[in-house]
Amino acid sequence: MDVTSRFLLPAAAILLAGTIPAGAAWQPQKPIEFVATAGPGGGTDNLARAVQNIITKYKLTDQPIVVVNKGGGSGAEGYVYGKASAADPHKVIFGTSNAWQQPLVSKVAFNYTDLTPIAAMAQDEFLLWVKQDAPYKTVSDYLKAAAANEFKMGGAQSKDTDEVLTRMMEKVGHIKLTYIPFKSGAEAAVQLAGGHIDSHVNNPSESLGQWRGGTQRPLCVFSPKRLSQGPKVTATEGWSDVPTCVEQGLDISQYEQPRTVWLPGKVTPEQTTFYVELMKKVRATPEWKDYIEKTSQVDTFLTGAEFDSYIKQDLEHIKQVAAEQGWLVK
Amino acid sequence: MENLQELLHGFTIAVTVPHLVLMVIGVLLGILVGVLPGLGAPNGVSLLLPLTFGMQPVSAIILLSSMYWGALFGGSVTSILFNIPGEPSSVATTFDGYPMARDGRPTTALATAFGSAAFGALVGVILITFLASWVAQVALAFGPPEYFAVYFLAFASFVGMGGAAPIKTVVALAIGFAIAAIGIDTVSGSVRLTMGIDELVKGVSFVVAVMGLFGIGELLVAVEEEFHARGVSSRIDWKEVFRAVVRLPRHGIALLRSAAIGCWMGITPGGPTAASFMSYGIARRFSRRGRHFGTGEVEGIISPETADHAAGTSALLPMLSLGIPGSATAAVMMGGLMIWGLNPGPMLFVDQKDFVWGLIASMYVGNIVAVALVLLTVPIFAALMRIPFVIIAPLIVIICVVGAYSVSNSYLDVVMMLGFGVIGYLFKKMFYPLAPLVLAIVIGDKAEDAFRQSMLMSKGSLGVFFANPLVTSLVLAGLTLLLLPLALQIAHVLRKPREKALAPGPEDRSQQKLRIT
Repeated sequence: MDVTSRFLLPAAAILLAGTIPAGAAWQPQKPIEFVATAGPGGGTDNLARAVQNIITKYKLTDQPIVVVNKGGGSGAEGYVYGKASAADPHKVIFGTSNAWQQPLVSKVAFNYTDLTPIAAMAQDEFLLWVKQDAPYKTVSDYLKAAAANEFKMGGAQSKDTDEVLTRMMEKVGHIKLTYIPFKSGAEAAVQLAGGHIDSHVNNPSESLGQWRGGTQRPLCVFSPKRLSQGPKVTATEGWSDVPTCVEQGLDISQYEQPRTVWLPGKVTPEQTTFYVELMKKVRATPEWKDYIEKTSQVDTFLTGAEFDSYIKQDLEHIKQVAAEQGWLVK
Repeated sequence: MENLQELLHGFTIAVTVPHLVLMVIGVLLGILVGVLPGLGAPNGVSLLLPLTFGMQPVSAIILLSSMYWGALFGGSVTSILFNIPGEPSSVATTFDGYPMARDGRPTTALATAFGSAAFGALVGVILITFLASWVAQVALAFGPPEYFAVYFLAFASFVGMGGAAPIKTVVALAIGFAIAAIGIDTVSGSVRLTMGIDELVKGVSFVVAVMGLFGIGELLVAVEEEFHARGVSSRIDWKEVFRAVVRLPRHGIALLRSAAIGCWMGITPGGPTAASFMSYGIARRFSRRGRHFGTGEVEGIISPETADHAAGTSALLPMLSLGIPGSATAAVMMGGLMIWGLNPGPMLFVDQKDFVWGLIASMYVGNIVAVALVLLTVPIFAALMRIPFVIIAPLIVIICVVGAYSVSNSYLDVVMMLGFGVIGYLFKKMFYPLAPLVLAIVIGDKAEDAFRQSMLMSKGSLGVFFANPLVTSLVLAGLTLLLLPLALQIAHVLRKPREKALAPGPEDRSQQKLRIT
């Protein structure tokens, strides 16, 4: 693919360049590269490809779009690539909150300030999952059992969102958990089904199939209010039947995974505006609603100052947890 | 048998004209991406994925899985003809396939590989058909200690044997582990061994390493030895294809053993790569002609190929029933399932019977289509060996450079690939074995993750590896394989102390040289 696209796409770009009216706001002049900071098949990759499909279907830009996966090093590969592409407005980086979290806890060669924030599109929720036949039916049962016997908590990656949430649970619930990092949430889900760990905090889409299949069930959702009513997942229950963790006495009212979109650093304000508007158009389509519903995410959209303050707030919080755990790097 | 009925129903879905056409298209595209190194099955499938969004899920998965079969077959072609494995799982095929092709028997090598691969795939599908629910349960029994035990078994079956000095094997393994450690560590989340190069945070891609070690390394050796006779005068003969396939049943034991290893590793899920290495290692120990492995032995091709395809096929089962992909390609297909609105997991077999059994039936038909098409192409591919070295050598360099670049559009990968070429050359010149190095690069980090996860779970006690019958028997099997040669050697030395003192004759040395790959 890469070879042909390198050849053909610039040729197409030259043809198309003549059609852009002079004096209009900034428009991409070359094929656009969507960089997913995750491997094929993951949540970030799905978002990049969903956005690509919508833009192509509604011809929201004249330029062709290519999705490239750079998921090495828990996504660091993609961000480092974004940093190295400074001032190139034809590369769009799709990631999560690890754009600002990872540099705190690991010596990666980028920081989120090397990139230009476009938007946070959609938030993935976190739930506390246990094995289907586990004896505890409520969060307080779970906390009691965990206090008596140190539980094994599985999650994706180390010192990342899953482990941060685990440490928050320890503090709020006055328990001690052994955190076991796996490569992905899907792996943790299978380990829970096999009874090798006691719980995990997967996103809805990571454990949907397992819940339907009756190998594990959610105890609570880390969200201020219950999830919206979708179709029933099991015979009797749907997402809206899952209580919030606060309802259940575990006082973590909000924790979520924003899906973030960035440009490389040193781009012009006009170029930034173009992509913000582009993403707004994407959000307005029925395909976007469909994507949000299928992946059980929450449809939020933060951009500009709102996005900046969100990052600052989250950063302060993560810094505090990381400092308590001794994770911070210089 | 309820499953049999479902399967017959599946055939009525799979064997329709549009689906057969899709299979042929898929297989042909698959062979193409398999033959071009650097593209490979996972990339090919993800390229095709967007085209399937408008299709029925059954049609879409038939197209994609046919492409997967084609790519698995195609990946063996470059391994055998040019010593460039396009997929991690076809590395072990180079060990005997390439010497045989260079010997002037490329037709036999290719036909043997395809025939045994088809057998492996067939066994894998039969397993899926009849044991689907049982297999899903087995896979669930695997936690981190069990995973580690499986990887340990794969290492053990390959280490401690072969022509190279044991200490050289250990050195090769250690270098491989070091390379596998580059990048972000899953368990601690910290960056390791990037040596100040920011981009190395992504780790070293297997394709980059292997294309350098094998493709460029072999080329450098060949240039030095002035391998003018590289234009091998291979006869292009349909009878030879036929004969090679007919001769396969003579190696019945090797076929069955390799298929069993492949299915086991596909389900557990150690994956096709570990399966092919393990199968090759075990064949080398137990085959009557094991001493000749590495010089173009038929069973040296049969063993890895059968196990690779048996594992590749049975790896689709954990994906469907549990949502764990057994290989990179399966991971991409799983992404596809979600986009088509299906959720991989235990309910798929209940909710989506048409889809699941249509897919399983298409595995039977698709593999038959694939092997028929691929056998037809043997003479064409074999003819490539006739091209003189002066023309083929630059082509190999171009293929390797383009392949390395296209992994993640990075120049660093091209530089690293050339660096690995030099390492491959040095290994060959100094009689260090490449196989343990590659094995460690491919599954070294997985083995490490599994070991450290186990240690976290047990709070540092090694007792976790003897905690239940499953993990205990795996570890004991691994230890036996590891220590057996040592024990035999000690017994041998004790019995005939004088023979040991004799220096190896010139004949032995030349044999060792041939066997080093």
